[in-house]
This record gives sequence, structure tokens and C-alpha cells, in this order.
Amino acid sequence: MSRLEVNGLVKGYGRREVLRGVDLDVPAGSLTAVLGLSGCGKTTLLRVIAGFERAEAGSVSLGGRTLDDGSTYVPPERRGIGYVPQEGALFPHLSVQDNVSFGLPRAERRGEAVHALLELVGIAPLARRLPHQLSGGEQQRVALARALARSPSALLLDEPFSSLDAGLRASLREEVHLLLRSQGVTTVLVTHDQEEALSMADVVAVLRDGVVVQQGEPAALYQRPSDELLARFLGAVNVLPASFSAGSAMTALGPLQLHDSEVPERGSGSVIVRPEQLEVRARASEEADPGEGVAGRVQQCRYYGHDALLEILPEDGIGIDPLLARVLGESALPAGTAVTVAARGPVSVLG
Amino acid sequence: MSTAAAHPRPAQRIAHARSGWRRWPLASGTGAAIATGLVLLPLVFLVVQAQRSGWGEVERLLLRHTVAVLLWNTVRLAAACTLLCAVLGVGAAWLVERTALPLRGLWRVLLVLPLGIPDFVVGFGWVSLDHGLHGYWAAVMVMTLSLYPLVYLPVATALASGDASLEEAARSLGTGRWRTFWRVTMRQVRPAVLGGCLLVTLALLAEYGAFEITQYRTFTVEIFTEFRLGFDAVGACVLSLVLVAIGLVVLAGELTLTGVRGQRSGPGVARPIARIGLGRMTAPVLIALATLAGVALGVPVYALCYWMIRGGSTTLPSASIVGALGHTAEFSAAAAAAATALSIPLAALSVRRRGRVTLLLERFAFVPMALPGLVVALGLVSFTVRYAISLYQSTLELVVAYAILFLPLALVAVRAAMGQAPASLEEVGRSLGCGPLTAWRRVTLPLIAPGLRAAFALVFISSATELTATLLLRPTGVDTLATQFWTYSTNFAYGAAAPYAALMVAISAVPAYLLSRRMTAGARRGSLR
Repeated sequence: MSRLEVNGLVKGYGRREVLRGVDLDVPAGSLTAVLGLSGCGKTTLLRVIAGFERAEAGSVSLGGRTLDDGSTYVPPERRGIGYVPQEGALFPHLSVQDNVSFGLPRAERRGEAVHALLELVGIAPLARRLPHQLSGGEQQRVALARALARSPSALLLDEPFSSLDAGLRASLREEVHLLLRSQGVTTVLVTHDQEEALSMADVVAVLRDGVVVQQGEPAALYQRPSDELLARFLGAVNVLPASFSAGSAMTALGPLQLHDSEVPERGSGSVIVRPEQLEVRARASEEADPGEGVAGRVQQCRYYGHDALLEILPEDGIGIDPLLARVLGESALPAGTAVTVAARGPVSVLG
Repeated sequence: MSTAAAHPRPAQRIAHARSGWRRWPLASGTGAAIATGLVLLPLVFLVVQAQRSGWGEVERLLLRHTVAVLLWNTVRLAAACTLLCAVLGVGAAWLVERTALPLRGLWRVLLVLPLGIPDFVVGFGWVSLDHGLHGYWAAVMVMTLSLYPLVYLPVATALASGDASLEEAARSLGTGRWRTFWRVTMRQVRPAVLGGCLLVTLALLAEYGAFEITQYRTFTVEIFTEFRLGFDAVGACVLSLVLVAIGLVVLAGELTLTGVRGQRSGPGVARPIARIGLGRMTAPVLIALATLAGVALGVPVYALCYWMIRGGSTTLPSASIVGALGHTAEFSAAAAAAATALSIPLAALSVRRRGRVTLLLERFAFVPMALPGLVVALGLVSFTVRYAISLYQSTLELVVAYAILFLPLALVAVRAAMGQAPASLEEVGRSLGCGPLTAWRRVTLPLIAPGLRAAFALVFISSATELTATLLLRPTGVDTLATQFWTYSTNFAYGAAAPYAALMVAISAVPAYLLSRRMTAGARRGSLR
């Protein structure tokens, strides 16, 4: 198990700078997700780590061994880094078995180890098939097995699930998660899907315009994003104006507790409240009981089955935008319902 | 040819591979530069040779009455043949691919097979049966019957892969059946028609044997005569340059005409075409197609069989057909290997590293399409006579001439294959522990192997049936199938000539047949561009 470190990485194509000083620390044995919109440089970052491209400045090291720092450059074949490209990129002329054993010495290609790996990844019955005879999910499994066959010190996955349909994506994601956990290989997963990043990774690094804007555990990132853009990228959000005093924030929804580390000096600002932090109750009477929260009316209900997202317009002009509230699917309320909305802390302050 | 299908655009991600490999661009760049230099060599030495006797002399040679006559002959021949080929090719392709024609599989093969018969053999077939055939109309007929498949094949491919939904949309917008045919169907196949016509025109400019046989004076015939019989190298070079200029104008004209190539827009699968029933027209259509196949394929084959059976009564010393076959195979194999090897770096550059320099190198590599064999041969003769006399009329010189002439053919085949072997696969190979060379050998080479085989076969066949350059460049006393055939047939020893022609037809008919079966976009002579 080796720790992967990227420091101040710069890389561009021609005049276009793609990476502008990327710092990334992937703890040994962890699964780190690099999350970003398409075109933010995610794939370039992976390609430099894999050694397909050379860094223009900065360094890459794995387990304390420098791979690329301007003077040293270790070619891809001597890095011991497995790479699973988008769409798998299986060798079309080789069978599943030959794809998986491609990187092994000739003597080991027909050995027990390969078979065990095929079993582990669940593709043993397909060993003699050719790539074009496989489904998208099967191709990804083969690509993963191929990269794992050489017991790499680190593994890079480039949007491995993006070409699969929703149901298959979820189940394969789960399976790969368990597999990687059991292998304990240091992994970098690149994705534009925040759900994928949050649900799979130990650490999430958000890449934007060629720099890592925030890196941390999924929950920390979700609850305490460094700016509004990131907050919105990670999920639906309410931004409320607030004034601060003694560890709490006064908002239109009443006083809300702040995350303990954040006690701003300033008197006012904004806080972010996630939709699931709002409690929504249907009102019996037209008049709201001030103790139950803010009065409002459901403007729109987006029903997803397991849950529902309600868009609620506060009444009596308290000067805030419609609120987003997530409720369980069984508690979904139709548009037009009169409700009261209350919020639960802790919330975090927007910088 | 101009069908867009011939060059799969590399995906965006592949273009990413630019800066990673330091030594590879250098290696393939050098290879590509050598190939391009070789291609331009004959052209450069034609110019050098022509201006040796001064520009005044060049001017005098250019302004001769002969040049005007040749120009007129060439233009009226090219116009008539190209038009006829377009009509026959498009008409036959539409009938075969878009109507409910009986025996479609048979017609697909029969209509393409004339490609497998060298043009000078077609000419020989007609003239040996009827000595009265000569002059303009004989030349037009022989060339049209030999060349129409160059239009038929790409157009049939385009029509077969066409998309019914476009035509349905036009009909639903109130356009009638005929207007739909002109405004939608023909628009879709226009690049294929233009590409086919370009090949026909270039082939006409390059042809020598068929015109010699039908006694029709074109540039090639005149150049050959001046050089071979008049020993007038400067005059031949000046005429050659005029011929090359015409070829380049045609090539450039086609590029402008084709313009931006429309592609299927939007997602969705192309739907197959519903074929039009022929009804009472079935019998007349069948008779028409049978007539076309009969005159294009039947007459030359009948002539060959006739003369083979009649046997060879000849006053010339009998030559060894085995020896000629051996030489043909030896020269053609060497040329095929050379052209294929040279096309690998060019194809790799053009597919994996698109850019201005690459595009320029690639364009140059296609210049031989506008260079008749005669012109390449003259250019090489000018070079060797002046700078490397020991190479004059050597095997090497002949092989180099073939390799230059047919490099575009090899390039097209290899480039198409290279599109199936993206750089990303090689990268995966490297991440699995292979060095650059090993990754290339284990990943890319197996993937492009079919393309390399196709390139080798195409160049081999084209070289084996090449006549003009071979006549000028063959080592003294060495005969190939084509030259021996030529010696016999020009001396009216038809019986003796026929077996040589039959062997050449046998060599090139097999791939023509395969081509018609697979309906891959393209034909011989650098068709798929």
C-alpha cells in the first residue's frame, strides 16, 4: 500500500492551461474521488499520474518514490500504476483471458492466479469471449481485472461507470467498492457524478478550473463546502441570509446552530441549509402557529419515489427565495398544500 | 474516394496523446518525411530535366501545334468518358441497390468485375476481334467499359448504406418521388459520384496501353513515342508536366466541388431502405444490365478464351511464361512491401496527430494519384541518368516507381486500419508494463494487420498489372507478364499474348470479386481517399 502525492502539478496543451497547480494527497489504501465537471482537467490529471503525459511543473510521487518532477520521469510501464480508461479500452483482438493476463510474464498467463482473479471479478465464465461479445458492465469488469492482475501499487479509474445505464451503474459501483476495499489498493476515481463520489470515496477532491478547490471526507464536503458553487454542485441547497451571535445564526427560519468550528466575527452573512434539514408539516388552519415555524405553500412537488423535493414559497413576504425541502416519498405533499417549515441545525457559514 | 466513411475521425481523447511520447513523433515523422520526399522526387526531376535546355526551349515545346491537338483530344475524351461512366455507374448502382431487382447478388459481382481486367487488356480484347476499331469512339467505348465500376462501386456503397428516414422526411414534407430522388438521394451520394468521376478522369489521363491499341493520340501516347522512339527527353518531360498540371487541376477541382461533407446529424440509427418494385420494367432492366455486363466483361473474356484456344502461332521467339510470372511476382511483392512500410508512419501521423504539417504531408502523399505511371517513370529516369546511372533500369528503380505510384492505395488501407487502433489502447498496454516497442507490437500491430495485408494485396495487384512504367524501367532483358503480353500483342501474336493477359486477369479478378462482395467503400487506384 502506497500513498500517492501530487504537488503543484501544471499541465497544458499548447496555450490552454488545463491543470494549474493541482495538489492531491491520496492516503495509502484509500479510495479518493476526483470530482469535477467535464473539461475541468480530471482526465489530464489521471494521464499525468499514469505517465502518459509529462508534468510541466510540480511533482508526482507514489509511496515516497518520485515518478515525475521535471528532472525524473518514470515511463508508464515502470510505475506500477493500474489504469482503467473510460469505456474500458479492452484489446479488441484478445479474449477476456488474454486481456486480463496481458501484463503478466508469459509463464503466468495461464496460471491459477489469473483464474482466481477472473472468479473474483465475476467474469470466469466469459474467459474465452472476445470484447465485442461482452456487455458494457462486463467490459468494465474485464478492464478492472486487467488492471488488478499485476497487483499495482495504485489504481486509476477514469469515469468507469459513466457509460452504463442507471441500474447497472449502481450495482456495479457497489461491487467494485467492496472489491477495491478488500484488495486495499490505493485508488483514484475520476467522476463528474457527485453521488458516485460521495457514496464510494473515503476522500473527495473537487477539481475546478485546473485546481483542487477542496479536499475532504464526503460528509465534511457536503456539510461544509468552501463556497456556494461547490455547495450547489454537491446537491440542492438553500442559501439564507443570517446574522451571527455566539455560535448561532439568526435566519428567516429562526435561530440555527452553527458547526462548532465556525464562529464568524462578522455580524452578518449567509448560511447554507440542505433540503433534508427542513421539516415540513401540513397546516390544518390558514393561520400558522408561530411556534411551529414559517408559514408557506407548496409550489411544486418533484416526486422521486424514495423521496420528494418540495419547492415551498414562504408567505407574508419574509424576503427569501422559495425553499427546497426533501421529505420521504410517503410524506410528499401536492402543490398548493399549506405548510409550516422549520429548520434543524447545525448549518455552515458560506465564506 | 470522397465518401466520409473512409476516414473515421479519431476521438477527442486520442488527440490527447500528443506530448507524452517523445521519440515516437520523431520516428514516424522521419518515416513520413522520407515517404513524402520519395513521392515528390520524380516531379522535381521532371522540372529539372525540362529546364536544362532553357526556358526558351520549354516555351517553344509548349506552344507546339501538337500540344493543342493533344489537349483537345484529352479533354474531349475525358469529358465523354467521365459523363458516360457517371451515367452508367449511377444508373446501375441505383437499379441494383434501390430497386427490387432479381438476382441482386449476381449483379453486384458482375458489374464490379471489369475492374479486374487491365484497361489495355480490354482494348486488346476488342481490337483483336475487330481490327477496324480505332480512333475517338473506340477509345471512348473501351475506356468507359473499363472504368465505369470506379463510379458504380462507391455510389452503390453509398446507396446501400443510405438512410431511408431522410427520404421519408422529404416525402412527408410534400416532395414528390422524382424531386426527392434529385434533392435528397442524389445529394447524399454526390461525394461518391464526384469521387468516382475523379478516379475515372485520373485513370484516363494515366492510361497508355489502351490508347496505343486503339490508335488514339493522347499525352501519354505522345510522351511515350517522343521518349522511346524520338529520344527526345526534354520534349517528353515538358509534355509530362502539362499532363501533371491537368491532373492536379482535376484533383483540386474535385476537392472544391465536394466541399464540406455533410454527415448524418443527430442520434438514432439509420434505417434500411425499402426497395422500389420494378413491375413491368423488370425484363427491360435485366436486359440492359445483362448487355452492360456482356460488353464490359463478356467481350474481353471471350477474346482471351478465343485466342487461347486458337493457340499461339507466332514468329517471335517463344518466351517463358513461368519466368515472366516469377519476375512479376518478385517486383510486385517488393513494391507492395515497400509501399506498405512507407504508409505506416504516414497513417500513424495522420490518424493520431492531426495538425497542419501532418495534413500537408498527407496531401503530398496523395499526389501520385495525379501522376501517370509514365510520368513517374520519366522522372525517375531523369534522376538516375543524371545522378545514379548504376540504378538506371535496375530492379530497385522499378520497385521504387511502383511504390511511389501505389503509395496512396496502401495509405488508404493502412489509415482505415489505424483508425481501429487508437493510441489509448497502446497506453493501456504501457500501463500494463510494456515498453513502447512491445506495446506497439502486441497491441497496435495485430490491430492494423488486416489493413497491412489489404495494402500489400492492393499494391501487389496494381504493380502486377502495371504496363507503362514497367516498359520504361524494367531491367534490360527482363520481362514481366505485362511487358511480354505487350510485345506479343503489338506484333499481332494474339494467341501467344492471351495466356499472359489471362494470368494478369486471374491475379486481379480475385480481389475485384472480394471487393464487390464486401462492398467496402472504394476501388483500386487510390480510390478511397
